[in-house]
Amino acid sequence: MASPIEQFQIKPLIPVINFTNSSAFMIGAAAVIVGGLLYATRNRAVVPGRAQSVAEVLHDFVANTLVDATGKEGMKFFPLVFSLFMFVLTANLLGMIPGFFTVTSHIIVTFALAMLVIGTVVIYGFVKHGTHFLGLFVPSGVPAWLLPFIVVIELISFLSRPISLSLRLFANMLAGHIALKVFAGFVVSLLAAGGALTILAPLPLLMAVALMALEFLVAALQAYVFTVLTCIYLNDALHPGH
Amino acid sequence: MAQAQTTNATTEAHGGAHEDVGFPPFATETFGGQLLWLAITFVVLYTLLSRLVLPRLSGIIENRRAMIASDLDDAAAMKSRAEEAGSAYEKSLAEAKGRAQALAQETRAKLSAESDAKRKALEADLNQRLAEAEATISSKKSEAMSHVDAIARDTASAIIERLTGKAPAPQKVEAALNQIKA
Repeated sequence: MASPIEQFQIKPLIPVINFTNSSAFMIGAAAVIVGGLLYATRNRAVVPGRAQSVAEVLHDFVANTLVDATGKEGMKFFPLVFSLFMFVLTANLLGMIPGFFTVTSHIIVTFALAMLVIGTVVIYGFVKHGTHFLGLFVPSGVPAWLLPFIVVIELISFLSRPISLSLRLFANMLAGHIALKVFAGFVVSLLAAGGALTILAPLPLLMAVALMALEFLVAALQAYVFTVLTCIYLNDALHPGH
Repeated sequence: MAQAQTTNATTEAHGGAHEDVGFPPFATETFGGQLLWLAITFVVLYTLLSRLVLPRLSGIIENRRAMIASDLDDAAAMKSRAEEAGSAYEKSLAEAKGRAQALAQETRAKLSAESDAKRKALEADLNQRLAEAEATISSKKSEAMSHVDAIARDTASAIIERLTGKAPAPQKVEAALNQIKA
């Protein structure tokens, strides 16, 4: 039986260009997204079919999340937020297929995506509002003697955003896949142990089935959480006043 | 706990075959490649979505919204047209009713005038005929009365002739009758 962390191993496929299984699944996720959405909207039907309904629901869902958090002017970030949501969701769900690599179970990937969000917030904030963007760290109506502490706290909370954003997704995907693998491994171990232990083998199997359902929920939920937080952070770039 | 146990078990089983790999997500030597391909993939994904997929998708949704809005506008316009037509119909109906009433009134008046005139003509005709008949009756009556003398004379001479066997002289009969009449 393989180690539960073997599934996270990066295996080079074309070493010359650093192309690995991770790269393949990233491209796979992008291909599934673009191909799926183009296929779904191929008829441009006024009365949508099943596939087009799904595409429209995804579009409206992300658009509503963004508008709820940032207002109408946030729609300029819609392609970015939609790309992030679709990429994370698809990578998470692709990872649920047995034997498939989970792109988002690597901290460097989730951290890069989080830095993309925070980088967008910081650059857009400064370009749009100049030094006024720094008002984000100075809440109004705070007594002067308290201000230094508040600014430090706000600064720390801002800097911890990319870390919490990336760690949340990474840890959820990693832990879920490890737990699945461990329980699946128990089934094999118990079967191999023979005797009375073999009879117990279905118990971890049931657990693995339940975990599988839970992991599907987590895969979708974490994509949503990542998107909602992205929208909330983008709102700071659009409206820096507390 | 369970996790740690399994990890130990597998490490034992495989004789540390994976120990040189360590924990893959923290293997820094893979970061460069992952970042490179993530950047490539995400830029391509973003470009395709923002240039191709999302315009198409929001075009479909926008198109539907516009279509529904224009359909609703059309429906509202048609409704107002229908209401207009309805009120025009009501108006022309009321006009027609008024005209029909006037026509009926006129016809009734005309008919009653006509029948009045006919009745009057008939009455005049009847009166005239009545007068004529009365005149005829009175002329016949006087004519008949004028014959009475001759009849009386003839009768008287016939009676006398029967009684006496000889016809009396007409002048005598005439005188006798005139005497009785007087």
